[in-house]
Amino acid sequence: MHSDLVAVELSGKNRTRNYFTPGVFVVLLVALNGIGFLAARFLFGLGSVTNLNNQYPWGIWIGIDVGAGVALAAGGFTSAAIAHIMHKDEFHAIVRPALLTAMLGYTFVAIGVMTDLGRWYYIWHPMIMWNPNSALFEVGICVMIYVNVLYIEFLPLVAERFINRVNLPGLLKRFNKPLDSLLKMMDRGLGKTMFSFIIAGVVLSTLHQSSLGTLMIIAGQKMHPLWQTPVLPLLFYLSAIAVGFPMVIFESLLASRSFGLKPEMHVLSKLANYIAPLLGVYLSFKIGDMCIRKSFVYLGEVNRESVMFVLEMSLFIIPFFMFLMKRVVTSQILLFTASTLVIAGVVVNRINNFVIAYHPPYAQQSYSPSIGEVSITLGFIAIMVLIYRACVMIFPVISVEKSAMGIGNTVVEDHQ
Amino acid sequence: MGAGVLTLGPLHAEASKPKNVLSPDRMGVLVDTTVCVGCRNCEYACKKAHAMPAGDPESYKDRGPFEKMRRPGENDLTVVNEFKDPRDKTLLPVNVKVQCMHCDRPGCVSACIVGALTKQENGSVIWDTKKCIGCRYCMVACPFQIPSFQYNQALEPEIRKCDFCNLRTKQGQLPACIEVCPVEAITYGPRSEVIKIAREKIRRSPDRYLNHILGEKEVDGTSWVYLASRKFTQLGFPDLPSMPAPGVSEALQHGIFSYFVPPALFYSLLGSVMWLSKKGSDTNEHTPDKGDGDA
Repeated sequence: MHSDLVAVELSGKNRTRNYFTPGVFVVLLVALNGIGFLAARFLFGLGSVTNLNNQYPWGIWIGIDVGAGVALAAGGFTSAAIAHIMHKDEFHAIVRPALLTAMLGYTFVAIGVMTDLGRWYYIWHPMIMWNPNSALFEVGICVMIYVNVLYIEFLPLVAERFINRVNLPGLLKRFNKPLDSLLKMMDRGLGKTMFSFIIAGVVLSTLHQSSLGTLMIIAGQKMHPLWQTPVLPLLFYLSAIAVGFPMVIFESLLASRSFGLKPEMHVLSKLANYIAPLLGVYLSFKIGDMCIRKSFVYLGEVNRESVMFVLEMSLFIIPFFMFLMKRVVTSQILLFTASTLVIAGVVVNRINNFVIAYHPPYAQQSYSPSIGEVSITLGFIAIMVLIYRACVMIFPVISVEKSAMGIGNTVVEDHQ
Repeated sequence: MGAGVLTLGPLHAEASKPKNVLSPDRMGVLVDTTVCVGCRNCEYACKKAHAMPAGDPESYKDRGPFEKMRRPGENDLTVVNEFKDPRDKTLLPVNVKVQCMHCDRPGCVSACIVGALTKQENGSVIWDTKKCIGCRYCMVACPFQIPSFQYNQALEPEIRKCDFCNLRTKQGQLPACIEVCPVEAITYGPRSEVIKIAREKIRRSPDRYLNHILGEKEVDGTSWVYLASRKFTQLGFPDLPSMPAPGVSEALQHGIFSYFVPPALFYSLLGSVMWLSKKGSDTNEHTPDKGDGDA
């Protein structure tokens, strides 16, 4: 089946749509708005755009840009694990879109962290100033290494696109040959060693996805008991694994629609069959932990925390039952809905853990994000969407059926 | 002195724990809130000692600021609050000086991504501007919510908190607030001695004091300890467990890593799975389709 699929760049003879559409212009406006606030943040300091203070040192930039961002990029390592490590070859078509998402996602996690850092220009300090006791140090180091691994994993796509096709204009023409040989050399070297990077990617993801959960444990009783538990690292890891495939499906269906391609439902449906078990494992640990700690007593009262907790749990439980149904797994619209719910669940979970659950002892009023914080977060997402769109038009990321495209080249779908 | 030797036992055991320096000779302070009169001279002296704008010393006689509870911030490393008796407003109020507690096992030191915060041998927890990246994780970690951050500095914003007058004490001077206090509400000395004084005070005047030294057990001990006539939760202190702030977090961190053995094992496990499943998938389906496994 899968051998009919081939990854192509959606440009040149494969182009189905222009880069600019009315939707893209809207996204561009959101991006520009974010960049405006971003400039203010770097020129005048964090206080000028955020609602952060000495009681609430962390806001939605940590909760969404970092916490949710890292989780939603988990598709990169879960799809690599299933396609390359477990060799379920039918899933090779999803590896590249997931890889691109992870690469862009982690790049923007790094940029998001930098935006949040008071002294952003010292972001490299953890490389030489170590504190192995710190969960944040572990997250920082793993993310730094993993970003590089992701870029290395992406290099074969660059090679595939440009080997024998390097075509620089004008004076740069003389570099065409050396660049081409460089690409070929790199491609040969990577082909032999890529397996080690793929495994490293999975190990690094396991480490930092879980350590991200360790982050708030040190806040102790400042964190609401509905979320504060020593198994947070496990819950973060399991929920990241559970959201990986929904994210792949979500993007694949969106991209198909946006580029007017036929969605690869037979691959996506097979992938969707894994989601209910993965959600089930997460939910059993989450609910089991709640029963052992008896934290459900806090659901008796109606307040911001209990409402957010119920919302979060429903966003996991509803799609869990949806993914059990064959009708959902085979229907484009239902599959999209269920995947969106899981993604929303993980985003709400990360916001809850980093923002809603955090109760500083002397707060005068609780934190809610400022317009500037929201604008910058949305701006980063918008920029990511724009770069993603450009990347799938430049590099062979998205797989299409050979017959549908009438493609003449002999590029194979995957390079590992 | 017999008692002095006795206290060394458990302290040495603690020092062998793998992390920050915890000297048995570390200094401490006893704050007796039943003695403090709320003159706020310590606030003024602290600002002077740290080269912060202190204003007119006379202005500190104004008791207006006591109307609401204040917290230490970027321009006041220590503040004094006043708590009226909730039942009988005519009784004398209690004044409580607030500053960094200089924990023995500080959450901020454990949390700091670059090790910019350190527990010194003399007991002070200090911040290193050369390392700090401004992530503010120390503020998330602090059980007393003490560190403050200069949100309105675009460049080189600082984490600010009481440094136990680390520079002054190294030169043999007293911490500025101790030196200036006119009623000796704050007593400076080796922490073990300070605890003994506190116990002695409670023993001598059981009517005056609650039988509780705040900071002796809380979060595994703090360098600054407090005595009071009322429950500390009524005096603006959080009710904290005796477990050190970094306890669970560090246990998890070291459990996941323990000399990189678990990650290395995981790596080899995945490698084996990859190799075994590759053989399977090659023999099963892939013989004609060369395209896929090829690199």
